[in-house]
Amino acid sequence: MAYAGGVDVGSTQTKAVIINEKLEIVGRALTDTGSNVTIAAENAFNAAVKSADIHEEEEGVDFIVGTGYGRYKVTFGDAQTTEISCHGRGAVHMFPGTRTVVDMGGQDTKAIRVSETGEILDFVMNDKCAAGTGRFLGAAASALGVPLGELGKVALQSSRPVKISTTCTVFADGEILSLIGKGKKVEDVLLGVHESVVSRALSLMRRVGIEKEVSFTGGVANNIGMVTVLNQELGFNVNVSDDSHFMGALGAALFAMDRIMAGRKGQHGMAEVK
Amino acid sequence: MSTTTTQGSAATEDKASIVGRGNKEGNQLFRDWFRELTEAPSKGEHSAYVFVMGSMAEVLQSFGIHTIFPEVNGLQTAVRHIADDYIAQGEDYGFSTDVCGYVKADVGLQLRGGDHPMGKIPKPSLAVYTNACNTYLKWAEIWERMYNMPSVTIDVPGSRAELRHTWKGHVDFENDLKYVRGQIEELITVCEQVTGQKFDIDRLRETMHYTNVMLERYERLVELNKAVPAPYNAVTDGTVFLGVANGFRGRAEGAQYFTDLVEEMEYKVANGIGTTFDEKYRLVFVGVPCYPIFRRFNEMFTEWGGAFVGSSYMWFASGGANTGFQYDLNNPLDSLAEGLLVTTRDAMDTMFFSNRHIVDNIEPYKIDGVVYHPIKSCRTVSTGLADNRRAVIEETGAATLFIESDHMDKRVVSEAQMKNRIDAFFEGLATRKVRESK
Repeated sequence: MAYAGGVDVGSTQTKAVIINEKLEIVGRALTDTGSNVTIAAENAFNAAVKSADIHEEEEGVDFIVGTGYGRYKVTFGDAQTTEISCHGRGAVHMFPGTRTVVDMGGQDTKAIRVSETGEILDFVMNDKCAAGTGRFLGAAASALGVPLGELGKVALQSSRPVKISTTCTVFADGEILSLIGKGKKVEDVLLGVHESVVSRALSLMRRVGIEKEVSFTGGVANNIGMVTVLNQELGFNVNVSDDSHFMGALGAALFAMDRIMAGRKGQHGMAEVK
Repeated sequence: MSTTTTQGSAATEDKASIVGRGNKEGNQLFRDWFRELTEAPSKGEHSAYVFVMGSMAEVLQSFGIHTIFPEVNGLQTAVRHIADDYIAQGEDYGFSTDVCGYVKADVGLQLRGGDHPMGKIPKPSLAVYTNACNTYLKWAEIWERMYNMPSVTIDVPGSRAELRHTWKGHVDFENDLKYVRGQIEELITVCEQVTGQKFDIDRLRETMHYTNVMLERYERLVELNKAVPAPYNAVTDGTVFLGVANGFRGRAEGAQYFTDLVEEMEYKVANGIGTTFDEKYRLVFVGVPCYPIFRRFNEMFTEWGGAFVGSSYMWFASGGANTGFQYDLNNPLDSLAEGLLVTTRDAMDTMFFSNRHIVDNIEPYKIDGVVYHPIKSCRTVSTGLADNRRAVIEETGAATLFIESDHMDKRVVSEAQMKNRIDAFFEGLATRKVRESK
């Protein structure tokens, strides 16, 4: 059995996925990226291999593709592919009807238009500014003292969202605290935050053209509030998987498996990076 | 027989030595030009501040007035990684971060008394500008305030809509022609006042003749890059060519340079010589280059085998030289007006309706992808590029890349983000090539 690995080193978190020849995910792991990108990649990969229950050297991972901003820091990787290609590939593998991907991560929001084979037809991203990305949600959570994992649930308790005029992460604290100071409820502010972030994402999506099906990937796809608001704004439901957070790493692993199937072998049958 | 062969080899060998001549001589001409400018005040010679789109070099050169291009001065500071010092001085003077980087670098330059890495830039005796860029007008007002010198506006009617051009003989065109000619006559009067010299129409004919040679060769140069592999890089080499096309317009040296350059490029095409790397993807560039990381910017494409075979910059920043317009020397003033009208209109079209030029060039230049580079501080060339891109995609299905940075201000240039997009673009191009080959 051949195994392929994908390691997605993002600005906030590092994700690793191991797949088998049937293109099934057999292992996955997630760590905070922190300051040492290479170590984060190694830790995520080792944890994914462990969860895949791959022990023997001869059963090691045959090809590894690094992706994400830190892809060139995956020193044990055999090739690098951008997360744009990887999210497109991963989303089409997971949801074959996908034609538009919206990926929201720590500092990036991307809209990607893909063909039925996963080929990237067009993409746009936010530019040199983390407004309207996961970082803004993080800043809102911090300002309001709500755990990040609870953000969406709290927001959905609101029936009167506040209009948020800025999605600037730098000014998020001031903007949000001034609204609380005016007596606005936490859930109303939070729903407003979610709506403004979705509005930015929709603007990017329109630039590539919104075509069904839409798949929502990246860490922010775990936020039920974001999914709900996005569905409402689009007027139909987006695809979300429990593995949405791992979509970039999955795409990287699929590209790695392509190489294995084409007869290429990586530099190691790797079971652990030491 | 053997003698003929030997002579043939020697001739081929001699010809081979011309490869690379254009860049070498272009750089030398540049140094000569800046030396001339540095020495001009001590010789009592006049200088005019002008712009790349409608410089009126033929008239100015006929009076012996040096042409100085603040845009070229600006990009030279960016390529040398010192633009931020000049820009900061312009911002300290009061200009917003949103104002054109060229303008702020120029303000910094003026405040330093013309100190520039290439030489000493003289103060202007006059400024001449067209409406091709809306910033030109406000820019010249700064010099008016600083130096109390005359500035001459040449208002050139542009296209009323995409593909709605009129030509000689059409009533609209003839009216436009009269309008432009009248303004050229006003410029001549100002030149006479500034220099104290009488206008010499034969001297004007001579400068127009040199421009004729240059424009004919420039058009040929642009055409030659249809060859596979392309003989030159339209962004990096193209910037050197543009410098000479502007700085030496209306001069014998400029005419000779482009004659030699075409000879070099024809030799390269005939012998299948491309640029310095293996050309895998043929690209057209839309916008103004990223001068703060000029070399690295290009490398991010060449690393993937991406060759810039065309560039809208070579069209509009040459003032429409790519049209190959030829002046009628028997009727110089009317012809000068016609040339200004046609070439400046074309330069504006290549900015505002770039989609038409791109679409028309995709097939003849065998373009694999279109790279859009809107820049933060120049709305003139950047506004509408997103729509232009969409129009090109809808009409041709071409692969496109949209990357934003700046031509001067490295504070808004993010190399990591740029590389991510460029890599993804080439990954898509590679997949597309595989699909299309099946």
